[in-house]
Amino acid sequence: MKELTIISGKGGTGKTSVTASFATLASSRIVVDADVDAANLFLTLEHDTIASSHFKGGSKAEVQADKCSQCGDCRDRCQFDAISEDFIIDSISCEGCGVCAWFCPEKAITFERKVCGEKFISDTPWGPMIHARLGIAEENSGLLVSQLRQEARQMAKEKKIPLIITDGPPGIGCPVIAAVTNADALLIVTEPTLSGLHDMERVKGLADQMKIPTMVCINKADLNPEMTRRIQQFATENNIRFVGEIPFDRGVIDAMKAGQSLVQFSHGPASRAVVQIWEQVQQFFSSTPERIM
Amino acid sequence: MIITIASGKGGTGKTTVTVNLAASIDRDDVTVFDCDVEEPNAHIFIRPDNISSEPVSVMVPKIDSGLCTLCGACEEICQFSAITIVAKKIMTFPEMCHSCRGCQMVCSEDAIQEDFRVLGAVHRGKNSRGIDLTWGELRVGEAMSPPLISQVKERINPLGIALVDAPPGTSCPAIEALRESDYALLVAEPTPFGLNDLALTVEALKKLKVPTGIVINRADDEPGIVESYAAKQGIEILQRFPFSREAASICSRGGLLVDEMSEMKILFDELFEKLYQRVSECKKTGEVGK
Repeated sequence: MKELTIISGKGGTGKTSVTASFATLASSRIVVDADVDAANLFLTLEHDTIASSHFKGGSKAEVQADKCSQCGDCRDRCQFDAISEDFIIDSISCEGCGVCAWFCPEKAITFERKVCGEKFISDTPWGPMIHARLGIAEENSGLLVSQLRQEARQMAKEKKIPLIITDGPPGIGCPVIAAVTNADALLIVTEPTLSGLHDMERVKGLADQMKIPTMVCINKADLNPEMTRRIQQFATENNIRFVGEIPFDRGVIDAMKAGQSLVQFSHGPASRAVVQIWEQVQQFFSSTPERIM
Repeated sequence: MIITIASGKGGTGKTTVTVNLAASIDRDDVTVFDCDVEEPNAHIFIRPDNISSEPVSVMVPKIDSGLCTLCGACEEICQFSAITIVAKKIMTFPEMCHSCRGCQMVCSEDAIQEDFRVLGAVHRGKNSRGIDLTWGELRVGEAMSPPLISQVKERINPLGIALVDAPPGTSCPAIEALRESDYALLVAEPTPFGLNDLALTVEALKKLKVPTGIVINRADDEPGIVESYAAKQGIEILQRFPFSREAASICSRGGLLVDEMSEMKILFDELFEKLYQRVSECKKTGEVGK
């Protein structure tokens, strides 16, 4: 079994459109949406949700007003300014450390794990999809991503599915680290802009720290041919396998509006490019060592 | 006034709106704060000079094993698995630590001292037209961006006009950037992905009680999905920026739309005028984010 994670650094470069296309092209795969706080893959892959479960993140502290003596110990100890002068804990500021509850002399603070999202297993015509919805303004997205990938690995083992494709979040922080850790290869989807190049350099730094083989493709490559050249050059100089360019094509947005993957919806220039990139990705992937399960 | 530019979905044009708005405001008290510390980009467009940088770190525990009795209280209080006893040895995992100081408070032997973990840096500089930019840069490999975002925001002077460029998403980093703003300007893309993530951000802003307006970027000719959503939610659309290949090309090389496209300059001037009026009204009626 092998795992491919698709990332970008910069947001909105086309990760999900590429992932959805790969997910309809692959012969046997599980697809995971690891962009849990702005999940979009379910909008573009036709699916039936067959199972859902609660995601419990960290705990949150709450003051029970009837037991509270207003001594102020919790306010002195809280490093996150989460407790107001009238002893109400702001759930958004609360970091979930439990220090207030631990020390409260009146035992007036409850500290319990909270449901902060939902996890889903869905069937698509092309194989299983594992996805989630993080609650509004909730945290622990990294933990949720780790759990989704763990479930995918378990399922891959049981059903003998050889490939997991993961749609990663933008950025380089907590949920990205959770989405790329122990992946067999990464595909960076970037765009020919100074921002795209800058962000890709940082995400490549993360890939290097984790020693994960990395590929890159450039979306909307014809919008700035000079930047496209610079990105290709960066790839060559930094041991990144360049796997192709996708031209700007309204078909990408039309596919999204139709609720279909690009390769399913259109046979236009962008769709043909993605099919070719998929061939290149498979070739590169077959050269990385097989993991022992 | 603190105006935060956010979106939910990445790549809708938050930074484009932030930097062009900053460049079109004809005042000398405009400051920009790039809180997308994982992937900051505003400096690519603003191009500040004389940059000063400060490292930002957080407290993590350091154990004095001479004093430690291996009682296990610190391991028990830590919710983040950042401190543990393995084979009669105490170990810390600084990258897991949330700096709550629980271990220090619970230790009866005074065996836990302060150490630091570097999160990244805060940079500041001013460009030739006087735009003052402060931005955070998360160290590659560091997972926790909210404490760095909070350090960037500490430097805001609310007396002038502060434009805050938020990170994508609706989780902790975006919330950290949006909280305590006077107004949130959401940059929406008229696509199903854009609408889905816009709606998530609007729900988060209701929780944060921050007044909200929308700008549509890469707008189609006819009113569409964002307009009907905004009407249903009672959220005002302050401006529509049409899709333009020329604009995309200018942004791709770090150029400013307000400098190179006169029609864009007019749209940004209109946007600022409306925005200033709305935020002033909100501040007067007390409808402000806390």
